[in-house]
Amino acid sequence: MSRAITNRRKTITTIAAWTIGLLIFFPIMWTILTSFKTEAEAIADPPSLLLFEWTTENYGVVFERSNYAKFLWNSIIIAVGSTLVGLLIAIPSAWSMAFVPGRRTKDVLMWMLSTKMMPAVGVLYPIVILARNSGLFDTHFLLVLVLMLMNLPIIIWMLYTYFKEIPVDILEAARMDGANLKSELIYVLAPMALPGIASTMLLNIILAWNEAFWTLNLTTVDAAPLTAFIASYSSPEGLFYAKLSAASTMAIAPILIMGWFSQKQLVRGLTFGAVK
Amino acid sequence: MATQQSRSLAKLMNAPAVLMLLLWMLVPLCMTIYFSFLDYRPLRGVYEWADGFENYSRFLSSSSFTSSVMVTLIMVGGILAITVIGGVFLAMLLDQPIWGQGIVRILVIAPFFVMPTVSALVWKNMFMNPVNGLFAYIWKFFGAQPVDWLSQAPLFSIIWIVSWQWLPFATLILLTAFQSLDSEQLEAAEIDGANSVSRFFYIALPHLSRAITVVILIQTIFLLSIFAEIFVTTNGAFGTRSLTYLVYQRVLESQNIGLGSAGGIIAVILANIVALFLMRAVGKNLDR
Amino acid sequence: MGNIKLTQVTKSFGDVNVIPPLDLEINDGEFVVFVGPSGCGKSTLLRLIAGLEDVTSGNIAINGEDATNIPPAKRGLAMVFQSYALYPHMSVRKNIGFPLKMAGMDKAEAEKKIDEAAAVLNLTDYLDRRPGQLSGGQRQRVAIGRAIVRSPDAFLFDEPLSNLDAALRVNMRLEISELHQQLKTTMIYVTHDQVEAMTMADKIVVLQAGNIEQVGSPIELYKTPANKFVAGFIGSPKMNFVTGEEAGKHGAHTIGVRPEHLVASKTKGTWKGVIGVSEHLGSDTFLRVNVPGLEEGLVVRADGDVALYHGDEVYVSPQDTSRIYRFDKDDQAI
Repeated sequence: MSRAITNRRKTITTIAAWTIGLLIFFPIMWTILTSFKTEAEAIADPPSLLLFEWTTENYGVVFERSNYAKFLWNSIIIAVGSTLVGLLIAIPSAWSMAFVPGRRTKDVLMWMLSTKMMPAVGVLYPIVILARNSGLFDTHFLLVLVLMLMNLPIIIWMLYTYFKEIPVDILEAARMDGANLKSELIYVLAPMALPGIASTMLLNIILAWNEAFWTLNLTTVDAAPLTAFIASYSSPEGLFYAKLSAASTMAIAPILIMGWFSQKQLVRGLTFGAVK
Repeated sequence: MATQQSRSLAKLMNAPAVLMLLLWMLVPLCMTIYFSFLDYRPLRGVYEWADGFENYSRFLSSSSFTSSVMVTLIMVGGILAITVIGGVFLAMLLDQPIWGQGIVRILVIAPFFVMPTVSALVWKNMFMNPVNGLFAYIWKFFGAQPVDWLSQAPLFSIIWIVSWQWLPFATLILLTAFQSLDSEQLEAAEIDGANSVSRFFYIALPHLSRAITVVILIQTIFLLSIFAEIFVTTNGAFGTRSLTYLVYQRVLESQNIGLGSAGGIIAVILANIVALFLMRAVGKNLDR
Repeated sequence: MGNIKLTQVTKSFGDVNVIPPLDLEINDGEFVVFVGPSGCGKSTLLRLIAGLEDVTSGNIAINGEDATNIPPAKRGLAMVFQSYALYPHMSVRKNIGFPLKMAGMDKAEAEKKIDEAAAVLNLTDYLDRRPGQLSGGQRQRVAIGRAIVRSPDAFLFDEPLSNLDAALRVNMRLEISELHQQLKTTMIYVTHDQVEAMTMADKIVVLQAGNIEQVGSPIELYKTPANKFVAGFIGSPKMNFVTGEEAGKHGAHTIGVRPEHLVASKTKGTWKGVIGVSEHLGSDTFLRVNVPGLEEGLVVRADGDVALYHGDEVYVSPQDTSRIYRFDKDDQAI
């Protein structure tokens, strides 16, 4: 539509949009700023926005004294691990449903999505019991497995939609050109699907990193990721706002950055294609 | 494509995923069902068969159940209202030509990617705390008595916190739907004499209604399982005990396994009803 | 080399039978065109030959050997798809070279073949570009190049010109025909456009609802159609059909006369009518005449500068009786 939008109208909407945007973003910004304050400064009355003595001591304290590195490492293993294992199982699955659809394929796909709808609380106890009895409680393996199963429907779904966008006749051309299945996958499908696979990976690492039901209930000390670590700040002793801010900033920073790149994937992955 | 060879291969390739999800579905769920027919309270050393559907009837008739359903309804309803209505307006706003639109989008999307434990604690301590929180400061600045949000209006506080996290999701979905609205349709309507209000109600809104439905359904599925925010702020006290949290407490805190499992099954059934509607909406789209 | 024989081949998708038992023989070096309306099964037939679909029953033999259960990669055929199906992430050179890579050909030899194919198709300047950077016609040629480079026993074309604009289509038609004369390899070509069929084919196979209506050279089909369907399908504009009294006079249930075999006169003739639309093309004029009693009226081809216009009264007659085709009540030619 190339009609003249009056500059005045554009200015008004710009101001409105920026105001709302900044308000929504404010809590995050406030957290980041507070992480650079001293504890005294953090609860100062009146609170200061930018003019305070900036310090990085909180980061040091949080990192060293509370074994932050371990929690970070656990988050990474669980998030990346569950996604990679999920991809391993999901890629063949999505391939088969996208390129060799049968009469029941649509039903199978819907059923897979429906497993995501089950409330986790309904199977909480059995999983806990099974975990304890098998000695897997509070281990990386357990969490990678559980989170993988939670996200598998989404991974399969996203890959399915990306694969479906690859025209079948390109794959048929490869077959006519003499490619066996392995060559077809390596030389034609994989390169074409790579962006889709990367996007899927991104979104799922984010979802797994932020997952808070299983990570809180299935871990105590060894495998506890950052979600659990932050939760421990809910009953702290003494002044802790600045430290909480530092811990929080470190916990959310990687995901915020990844999230900015994955907006489109978010729509695709979490609305299950019902919105284009 | 589809020759005999490729069909059998395809079934093989799909097998691991299907198998794993099947086990994931069946095994724990069957165990929960089994437990729901037991009177099993490990802390008291009780382990015997319950009296038929005793656990179910007790759970359903308890006052905690009814109040937890109310809490869940209010919570989910409140969050839906805020996110959907807010989302529609925000999406409309972001669809306009704005300077620096990319950055505004990033600002608006950000809360969705924040860990729920972080978001809950940041709000609880740094904004809602009646002594040191930012809201307290603002209230005092205007000469009013600061509000202790989490004890005076706990349900509202949690609704607020979760809405903050999900507003970006709704906005993003609705913005995508807005942008997929065919501009030619709008232009045709304009030529046919519709003004901008009519164009909104007769063309944009119906187009959006599908997206709104999807947002409502998907958010409901996820919101029914809200956990971390309650865990970290009120631990279910002060009338913030949703159905999910009630079951969690029965099972892991008071350890009445039988009762909690019955509650879990009830929660599953309720969630399935919602899921049914969602699947229909998605299924329609798969046919395209 | 490129001899293909189909024996009692059927194809069903679930309960829907798309191709009833069909026999067809294609000889080495022939340019065969499968033509027919949408949904007649011509593309399906091509894909059965290619091996991209399994036959439900029946036999396909390539060069005398049973190929029915051999996968497409091993049939020694090359296919040019309607959408060209080029590999978007590979350069033109790699696209053309892909089949050679799959065959395990040594690099130096492959390079030579690629260059040869590129030279034949005027693609030498584009070898390092990606498909996304090429025009429709160029992409077409890359698809053909990829097919040529394997020296297949037969080429399969699936409506390759449908996505091109009209002028380009005419050029590419010529190029493909010239290619055939040069390579002398069997070519099986699917199209719904009967002009392409008539101009390019040695042999045309007319299909309707999976059935072969007739097989023959273009002129055979034009001069001696076996039934009403073929008569109406070949030739543009369509043959005129008349039933009833006039047909009975010639001892048939239906008679047909082509527009180019009708004459229009202002004074006398077999049928009297009023001109509905008069299409002046410069070289010819097509008169669409409304005749009372004839549901569809008559189309007559007249001279470019004939002075007949919309609303004029006119008489239409066949040039002579030899130009009248007769069909019985089962639409078979008499």
